[in-house]
Amino acid sequence: MSAFKTTIRHKVYKFQDLKTLLGKASPYRSGDELAGVCAHSYEERVAAQITLADVPLKTFLNEAIIPYEDDEVTRLIVNSHDINAFSLISHLTVGELRDWLLSDDTDTQTLTNLASGLTPEMVAAVSKLMRNQDLIAIAKKCEVVTRFRNTIGLKGHFSTRLQPNHPTDDPRGVAASIIDGLLFGSGDATIGINPATDSPAAVSKLLTLMDNIRYQFEIPTQTCVLSHITTTLQLINEGAPVDLCFQSIAGTEKANTSFGINLNLIEEAYQATLSLNRGTVGNNVMYFETGQGSALSANANFGVDQQTCEVRAYAVARKFKPLLVNTVVGFIGPEYLYDGKQIIRAALEDHFCGKLLGLPMGCDVCYTNHAEADQDDMDNLLTLLGVAGCNFVMGIPGADDIMLNYQSTSFHDALYLRKVLGLKPAPEFEQWLIKQGITDDRGNMLSISPTHGLLGTVI
Amino acid sequence: MKRNIPQEIEPLKALQEFTSARIAIGRVGTSIPLKQSLDFKLAHAHARDAVYSVLNIDHLRESLTRFELPVLHLHSQVADRRQYLQRPDLGRRLNQDSLDQLRDLTTVSSDIAIIVADGLSATAITENTLGLLKELIPLLTTSNYKLAPITLVEQGRVAIGDDIGYGLKAKLSLVLIGERPGLSSADSLGVYLTYKPKPGLTDEMRNCVSNIRPKGLTYKKAAKKIFYLINEAFIRKLSGVELKDNDGLLDAH
Repeated sequence: MSAFKTTIRHKVYKFQDLKTLLGKASPYRSGDELAGVCAHSYEERVAAQITLADVPLKTFLNEAIIPYEDDEVTRLIVNSHDINAFSLISHLTVGELRDWLLSDDTDTQTLTNLASGLTPEMVAAVSKLMRNQDLIAIAKKCEVVTRFRNTIGLKGHFSTRLQPNHPTDDPRGVAASIIDGLLFGSGDATIGINPATDSPAAVSKLLTLMDNIRYQFEIPTQTCVLSHITTTLQLINEGAPVDLCFQSIAGTEKANTSFGINLNLIEEAYQATLSLNRGTVGNNVMYFETGQGSALSANANFGVDQQTCEVRAYAVARKFKPLLVNTVVGFIGPEYLYDGKQIIRAALEDHFCGKLLGLPMGCDVCYTNHAEADQDDMDNLLTLLGVAGCNFVMGIPGADDIMLNYQSTSFHDALYLRKVLGLKPAPEFEQWLIKQGITDDRGNMLSISPTHGLLGTVI
Repeated sequence: MKRNIPQEIEPLKALQEFTSARIAIGRVGTSIPLKQSLDFKLAHAHARDAVYSVLNIDHLRESLTRFELPVLHLHSQVADRRQYLQRPDLGRRLNQDSLDQLRDLTTVSSDIAIIVADGLSATAITENTLGLLKELIPLLTTSNYKLAPITLVEQGRVAIGDDIGYGLKAKLSLVLIGERPGLSSADSLGVYLTYKPKPGLTDEMRNCVSNIRPKGLTYKKAAKKIFYLINEAFIRKLSGVELKDNDGLLDAH
């Protein structure tokens, strides 16, 4: 095992392995303290960062933080590593990678070519050396574009998942939120419902409801019910109108087992969804959600810090060419991310790391009522993510999810961001909004007439 | 002061009848009108106040005397709210004083231990405990279940009921706890039922009846549901996932 150490004012800091070093180098967050992996002092944290900066990237190919034999996510990371793409940066240390990423010569095309040569641990490591500004500046250079019935992630564009949840899945209640959202220009990433119950019959009803609305108004978007992957698989086999296959994923095999999934199961569902061939402009059919802390909460983090676990989940996502990857950053609660500062930092890390690995990253800008956060923190984060080029956020009536009982971003929030940063919806969806008389051709909101077709939606 | 008038709210208003979601709230420019913005802030303020509310132990003791059961006052290992929010592990364990108190009791075994913990909303406990127990305890005593002393726990999480139920030699623990406040419900009470409680159990061993409050699941309905679960747990000698899966009745409120 390699020795990692540095001396500060005659005090020698030793870190026994790469896993320990990554934990100690992480910017402070409550979940790492709960896990007992964070630095014990401010000085130790910076000592770890100084040490990490000098670690050659090649070290990451020789030292697995969770053993290859024990974990299928590690095996996926090792086996799918693209050594040719890596050759561009193989001579660098972690610290040199940070400077290289920021250099003006490293452009969008370079980063796109590099993605498959990076491992999650390398990306997690370099993010720990960065300020928020660095995370934003580099993420902004990345462009990850995906397609199903529209085109998501183009530079200058910014999409939303319309999230019309209802505590009892009442079809009229769900439809009311969908119509409200569409009239506010929301829903180009997807119209996606978290079902109150995972029963196949209930999920099937919601899928049909959304498919009917989409068909009735020829909306160039895709719909999704965020049920367990086994439920979706069953419904595909029964002929339900499944556009996207959803699943929550984590960065260790054990955590995924606690979610009732493994790589083979995701592959099976991926192939089944692809076979439906429902996309019109592309075939990215998967929708994944992640979030720092999920591995620890399943007691499956193996002493690895929560941010590194999170980035390992992106290796799982990457295998299945997803349309959308959403880090649900503040949902997990204050024992993992205590306050607005920690939530904002985590979201910027997740967005940066996902983008660098080539993923279409979006973010559920959110918090629970027992976290030290409020809408002001969400405004800050939303604006920062908009600047960083985030692909999509959530659109929820009034930012208040009445089913999941947490606060996220509203339809209005997305309009604000588009306005202040000059961003547009997905191009196909933008045309639809103009055709429907919801916006004009410069993106301004128009008055909705009482006889607007959407208000007469048949469900 | 002239207030902002939300634009174009009327055509969408009709949709509000179908959901309590914040739809059809209008817009000023592209932003949320001030009235709706302040409504949201107020709801969040209620939720935040609930998270930081504290149990009024004396008042609770007083109101529980009607049940003629001994009342114990225990405390988790958590020092304050800030720590409670960041260290769920400490909220699941009793502090030394509380362990000593339990050990010094000459407890005879019982069927059911009722445990009242603040959880994430002492407000929920203050407002709903008596109402629920007035419906539930008569059902239990009529069926000859033997009740352990009632315990009041400060800074407690659900799993603290395992230590307490075990210490009180109860066959089943019933933890009444303040749930994480939602924006529309800062006073929601949850009840967790665990058969054969002992230290180290995990959540799949429990059943939960959630959202107990006057505007949610009413006391009478909640008591009926809990009573049904208790009976089933004693018949089948288990609780948790297996108890839930085998009975569709549980989902009907």
